[in-house]
Amino acid sequence: MAPPLLALRGVCKRYGAVRALVDVDLEIRAGEVVALVGENAAGKSTLVKVISGVDAADRGMIAWQGRTVRIGRPYDAQTLGIATVYQDLSLCENLDGVGNVFLGREIHRLGILDEVEMERRTLELMDTLGLGTPDVRAPVASLSGVQRQTVAISRSLLGEPRLLLLDEPTASLGLDQIARLFDVIEHLRDGGLGVLLISHNMGDIKAIADQVAVLRLGRNNGVFDVNTTSQEQITSAVIGASDNAMAHRTTM
Amino acid sequence: MAVSGPGTPGTVRSTGPPAGGPVPAGARRIKAYADVVWRRLRPGERSALPVVLGLVVVWAVFQSQNGNFLSPRNLSNISVDLVSTGMIAAGLIFVLVIGEIDLSVGSLSGLAGAVYAALNVSHGVPEWLAVLLALASGAAAGALQGFFVARARVPSYAITLAGLLAWNGLMLYLLSPTGTIDINDNGFVASLTDHYFSDVWVAYGLATLGTAGYVLTAHLRVRRRKAAGVPHQPLTEIWVRAALLAGLAFTAAWMLNRFQGVPLALLIFLIVVAGLDYVLRRTSYGRMVIALGGKGEGARRAGIDVLRVRVSVFMMSGTLAAVGGLFMTSRLVSASQATGSDGQVLINAVAAAVLGGTSLFGGRGTIWSALFGVLVIESIASGMALLGAGQPLQFVITGGVLFVAVVIDSLLHHPPARNRA
Repeated sequence: MAPPLLALRGVCKRYGAVRALVDVDLEIRAGEVVALVGENAAGKSTLVKVISGVDAADRGMIAWQGRTVRIGRPYDAQTLGIATVYQDLSLCENLDGVGNVFLGREIHRLGILDEVEMERRTLELMDTLGLGTPDVRAPVASLSGVQRQTVAISRSLLGEPRLLLLDEPTASLGLDQIARLFDVIEHLRDGGLGVLLISHNMGDIKAIADQVAVLRLGRNNGVFDVNTTSQEQITSAVIGASDNAMAHRTTM
Repeated sequence: MAVSGPGTPGTVRSTGPPAGGPVPAGARRIKAYADVVWRRLRPGERSALPVVLGLVVVWAVFQSQNGNFLSPRNLSNISVDLVSTGMIAAGLIFVLVIGEIDLSVGSLSGLAGAVYAALNVSHGVPEWLAVLLALASGAAAGALQGFFVARARVPSYAITLAGLLAWNGLMLYLLSPTGTIDINDNGFVASLTDHYFSDVWVAYGLATLGTAGYVLTAHLRVRRRKAAGVPHQPLTEIWVRAALLAGLAFTAAWMLNRFQGVPLALLIFLIVVAGLDYVLRRTSYGRMVIALGGKGEGARRAGIDVLRVRVSVFMMSGTLAAVGGLFMTSRLVSASQATGSDGQVLINAVAAAVLGGTSLFGGRGTIWSALFGVLVIESIASGMALLGAGQPLQFVITGGVLFVAVVIDSLLHHPPARNRA
């Protein structure tokens, strides 16, 4: 069997005296959607930041397709093919939609930014995404929550990533748009993309995820197969009411 | 009543009072036109609008006090005087756009002049090498400051405040044997500000070239956008802009020709401004600089090498401060201990940048609007000199202009209503 797209082993991350992540393991395979769940402050967003290179891990090993890699800054993650939609979106407020989508990956023509081509591709990307198309030439600061989310998601899908990290991507979307986003995610998954999805909504997770990884107080608290596990079992792992029998069975 | 104007129907946002209000139709019509113009302006142009109006006011006031103010000779002199401050302001804008400040630019400009004069005149170093070393001193000093701001995250005002004094000290030391070094008045640096292209066709040729260049690139852009199926400017807008540009360029050319023609210094400045404007708006590097000025982590999370961009921006500001220093030295035909050490140069450069619509809060700024900013600043300086105002009044006025500029910037950035909790 091919090695997982991404594997974390014993990842630790501290912020001062706070141990945000303790010996966390995680595997994401190509063509698989892994939901990451946990209570507030369980370390979900920290884990995303570790994988995306925003805050490098203090200890632990990260393997990309079986090969040990170091992700020390966002650039490293991007080079591997990891794209991220952050919870706060992390857009540049003063740039327009096109500028944000292509930031750091601009298209040039004779050494000059090719605004026309970038605008065309942005519109095309947003069109296939189908979440609605905001004014791509207005500063992002002037856009609504949904529109900003659209920009952030479009940005993450540019350049065909291998692994997509989505930190609460549905937060400001309406039901129709969530359904539409899930269609897109499923389509990408079927194309061999790996997805890590953070969500609070158990319904969403049941609808889209293949595996559910639970974090509790910065530690692993089980990995479950969505199709064979009841919602109650997952919830009790999230709040710490269950023992870890299931986890022992499926993590290996 | 429907708002009428030359815009696209249906997209005109009615900002006037509700229909039936006690506003005469004529006033409403003017407002409608103003509204259309406003919507057609790019954000950078909008923030430059106050300074253009300010320039008109300043010119009108001084002309009414002294009929020589708008004479070809005086305007031509202003156009040469503004180059040194303008160069410094152009570099400073890069630093302001990333949300930092460089308080050392005045001292650095003085230092560059001293390095050039000391090497060339006192030590017999060839002029081209002395110029290069002067520019290198600015670049190195800027890079040093930038490194500490970017790496150690020392606030830039603190680092460059230290720089302000230290570079000033270095300049005083270099000039200490005599206090002032007269430069070779037949040399390259001296010719920077005393050479004019007196052939009238140079001025008109440049005006034609500028206008034609604009029309051509604008049309090519529209054609490409049409072909790609993305929205484009209406052609009328291009022609209106071209007409305005031509009007401005040919008036300036005509005015300059009535004195001694196009000053070399002004030509170099315009080329540098156009080049830097291009860098900031049309290259990946410029995009990174602007992204860095956005609040938050967006730029870093987009994979941008934040450290390198920060350092490079301070290097840019140091280098352009040195360029400005050489023009200052050229204008004075000497490097003197007084140059750049009284804070006037720094304040003028900051005021020019902020007047031109560059925000002290970062993320917003255009290079070419500094042209208007510096024009206002130098017009005020020239007008007050013409009226014989003493230094006390000049200081108060310059300080007052900076004060007003930063207050306007603040209000635009944080509208007072939002500040109320």
